[in-house]
Amino acid sequence: MNHVAPLILVFPLVGFLLVLLNGRSLSNRFVGALATGVVALSFVASVVALVLLLHDRAREVNVQLFTWISVDTLHVPVALLVDPLSVTMCLFVTGISALIHLYSTAYMKGETDFRKFFLYLNLFVFSMLTLVLANNLVLTFVGWEGVGVCSYWLVSFYFDREAAASAGKKAFIYNRVGDVGLLVAMFLIFTHTHTLTYQGIFSSTSLLSPTVATLIVLALLLAATGKSAQIPLFNWLPDAMEGPTPVSALIHAATMVTAGVYLLVRMSPVLALSSSGRMSIAVIGGVTAFVAATIACAQKDIKKVLAFSTVSQIGYMVLAVGVGAYGAAIFLMVSHAFFKALLFLGSGSVIHSLGGEQDMRKMGGLAKWLPLTFPTFLIGWLTISGVPPFAGFWSKGDVLTNVFAHDKVLWALGVVTAILTAYYMSRLFVLTFRGSERFREVTHQHDPHESSLVMTIPLLVLATLSVLGGLLDLPWAHGFSLTDFLDPTFGFVAATPTQSTVLQTGLAIVDVAAALVGLAAAFTIWRHRVESPRFEPAFLEHVWYWDDAYDAVLARPLERAARVSNDVVEDRVIDGAVEGLGGSMRRSGEGMRKLQSGMVRQYAVAMVLGVTIIVIYLVGRVR
Amino acid sequence: MHSSLWLSALIMLPLLGALVAMLVRRREGASYAVAVVVGVIEVALSLAVATMYSSHVASAQSFDFYSRHVISAPLGLAYDVALDGLSLLMVVLTALVLLLSLLGGRDQRREPAFVSWLLILTGLTMGSFVAHDVLEFFVFFELTLVPCYFIISGWGGAERARAALKFFLYTFTASAFLLVGILYMGFAYQHQHGGALTFAYGALATTTLSHSTAVWLFVAFAIAFGAKAPIWPLHTWSPLTYAEAPTAGSIELSALLAKLGSYGLLRFAVGLLPLAQVSVRPYMLTLAVVGILYGSILACVAKDLKRFVAYSSLAQMSFITLGVMSGSTIGVTGAVLLMFNHGVITIGFFLIIGFLERRRSSIAITDFRGLQRPAPVLAALFTVTMLASIGLPGLSGFVSEYLILIGTFTTHAWWAAVASLGVLASAVYLLWAYQRVFHGRAEGANADVPDASTAERWVLVPVVVLIVVLGVFPKPVLDRITPSVHTLVTQVAPVGATK
Repeated sequence: MNHVAPLILVFPLVGFLLVLLNGRSLSNRFVGALATGVVALSFVASVVALVLLLHDRAREVNVQLFTWISVDTLHVPVALLVDPLSVTMCLFVTGISALIHLYSTAYMKGETDFRKFFLYLNLFVFSMLTLVLANNLVLTFVGWEGVGVCSYWLVSFYFDREAAASAGKKAFIYNRVGDVGLLVAMFLIFTHTHTLTYQGIFSSTSLLSPTVATLIVLALLLAATGKSAQIPLFNWLPDAMEGPTPVSALIHAATMVTAGVYLLVRMSPVLALSSSGRMSIAVIGGVTAFVAATIACAQKDIKKVLAFSTVSQIGYMVLAVGVGAYGAAIFLMVSHAFFKALLFLGSGSVIHSLGGEQDMRKMGGLAKWLPLTFPTFLIGWLTISGVPPFAGFWSKGDVLTNVFAHDKVLWALGVVTAILTAYYMSRLFVLTFRGSERFREVTHQHDPHESSLVMTIPLLVLATLSVLGGLLDLPWAHGFSLTDFLDPTFGFVAATPTQSTVLQTGLAIVDVAAALVGLAAAFTIWRHRVESPRFEPAFLEHVWYWDDAYDAVLARPLERAARVSNDVVEDRVIDGAVEGLGGSMRRSGEGMRKLQSGMVRQYAVAMVLGVTIIVIYLVGRVR
Repeated sequence: MHSSLWLSALIMLPLLGALVAMLVRRREGASYAVAVVVGVIEVALSLAVATMYSSHVASAQSFDFYSRHVISAPLGLAYDVALDGLSLLMVVLTALVLLLSLLGGRDQRREPAFVSWLLILTGLTMGSFVAHDVLEFFVFFELTLVPCYFIISGWGGAERARAALKFFLYTFTASAFLLVGILYMGFAYQHQHGGALTFAYGALATTTLSHSTAVWLFVAFAIAFGAKAPIWPLHTWSPLTYAEAPTAGSIELSALLAKLGSYGLLRFAVGLLPLAQVSVRPYMLTLAVVGILYGSILACVAKDLKRFVAYSSLAQMSFITLGVMSGSTIGVTGAVLLMFNHGVITIGFFLIIGFLERRRSSIAITDFRGLQRPAPVLAALFTVTMLASIGLPGLSGFVSEYLILIGTFTTHAWWAAVASLGVLASAVYLLWAYQRVFHGRAEGANADVPDASTAERWVLVPVVVLIVVLGVFPKPVLDRITPSVHTLVTQVAPVGATK
């Protein structure tokens, strides 16, 4: 394990460094193959790590690499923690990354900055793996910031477009707000426990008073809302769709945005100390899931719908964390990675076939033109809608069953969100693949073409995973499920009353009903419509006027404060006082005036010459 | 214990270099060549000293390379040099700044008089950092103003005369407080212990002072060093001066001389007046937090790149002040490290701004747009510097900023929590500036901006290497700083109330 775990990290890093140092001498083909290859190797290493871990009785291995920071009582090692949670994360991160790298080699063909794209992508994978493998919070923070900066670069990849440049900046700054939360959480933990390694923290949770624990949990929640695009920091994610579509699939759907959920799950022993903290998490998650779902119902850009859907799905995961269903949160995270990557890559294939068009009003009837994209997208659509037996039905059902046991109101909110999810995804599906062909203007009367095999193979693999993903954690597979595998890494949470099979079946039926209601409503409304102000209220289309509110409440007052600081405080008050002091001194006497302006030069010349000589003489004498 | 000859050589070499440079000034390019040779030797010497220092950490000796020679007993003048973890990095930085500002400055800055002033400035700054006698420090500290004044007024921009005068009067007036404070302490020591007048650091540290006197002295020191660092609100000379100074001058001032302020605050105010420090700490921390936020806000609306760096430096230097005043070994160690890291980062910023000015004859932010397309390497170099300044983990800025914040949090949680907003603010102003200069579509003159030349890339290589290496493997450096800081910080504890 001591050799395998570092290898998971080293492969993408080597890819990054090779391209960084020899970028110009390597061909595009080679760079694409290299970048994909190293991530695939990283996946292989992760599989080996899983096998080794399964044969390890302790189910927890620490790999010390070197000391990073060590001052006084603060010791931060670069060390990896290999346990069921980190291995699970590594497996799906590297697996999906490899598929998306492969897809990108075709999707990004012909781009000017082709090499740079893979440079960033490899660095992203390295950072993401650092985040999940770190054995302490500071090293996790390294990955946390690393994925943030890669996201910044990739969102503003088409930097000559002003919108892309601004979106990248917005993503980074919203994330930074969350980072302040993570920093404060670390400061609190270190002040009270004098350690920042996970195992160290978990073994000294008794040192945390309930108030401190709640503060820590709230700070962690702030961190999670930034990275995982939850209320109140969710609105950077839709803007981040300015990046190339594979980036949206990899970073802004499958991996990076789930980092917040990972962090909360990782810190579950601390979460266990604060029931009010957990309640806050649950409410944030539930409300975000609902709000984002309503917004997704009124978006016209295919990627925007998927972006808000991602926010909503992560809301479910956060909700699951809040009720202590950590296993369900990770189960949904993994299956969501399968079907959301599938949907994004599918939408990329659609956009590709239409020469870059993303507006659903200009799509329609694409089913017959895209023989491979259509069936795979169909699977993705049914999966996210929660139709059995696909993965989404099981994972979302798992979350809702757990929520039901804790809080009926949040469960109801979750079910309404499930109806909305089925509705907006079906609307997207209908507008894109069914109905009349409205794309002729965009394609200049040409027929859309299906993408190459390099792009469709990842679609097929992800579709298969979406179909079979439920097998990871079937409700009746006690002892052999993902949750049981992960369980040792979770903190203690009050036991959920075991639900009777009847109740579980009843809840499952409610889930299926919710999916069908959504599906039916969407087909009824959107089969013959392309747009409808009645069903796409401006309030929802404009994201509940969230950005405008921030502009009015934060951005504009801050701008005004900056202007006042610059024009009044700096120039007149502070500098005015200084100049006034100088001026009054000047006025106080003619002699003073001469000294101040006229003689500085001579005085200084005399001084420097004199003293240079004196110093040289003295130092010489002293020796 | 190593010989103090090493430190004397570090001081003398640039001063002698200045003399030689003036002697050969009639030969085209000879002065510049002399200066570069001196710069290279100086860097090599400083690195040698830094490496040798390591072996003494283990023996817990707080000072190395020590020697004291009384020059004039009645006046209390002495030549007294020593090196410890606080000054070690500053010595390296002084040498580095000389070499890089020589290499990265513009061609017409290679005049003999200019390089001579630069060399003199280096010698005097080096003297300030290794001075172990408080009066000796003051002499060096004060003399640095002279070369600065001439560099700004002789080779600066359109408003150079005003800038130079403002800078001179500002810091000169402020340091009058320092002189008074130093003399007071010297005489107080003599009064208590008898014997000759002395300003030896170790002696003055044992001076018994009433609490209120100590507080007044601290305030006097803080004003002198606060004008230099700068500490809010004594910063208003810096935007004008940085903007008007030539590239090499801006680098010297912000990367190096500003550190004299925070170094002085740590060594002399905190070091000599530990008890007063405890009383004024909340006020100083508050000024630091205000400086972080105020500098960040003004950096957002700065109109030209040099003023932009001036305000971002105010924010960064305020982080240093926060760490210096934190009263925690972790925080102070972070501050000492940030003095060096900020120096390196600022060298990077001003060099790149100098390159941009060379290309477009302007530093106004609105004159630039979309440079990443025509000049990707320049953009990448700026990005690395920017991310280090933002505090991205893995680059140097993070380690120091993190240590400062977590150290301050353990002693003064609220101040550290508010200061953490500075981490967010730096991302706002830096990314916004980057977007305005490098993103967007380059048109007109901006579309034809040449990318970094080979020479320009090589000048920035040391900067990037230091940023990455100190971000990934700061341990050897931290191990050299921490013992000295620990000694300084813990001296508060054993000393009771007023002696």
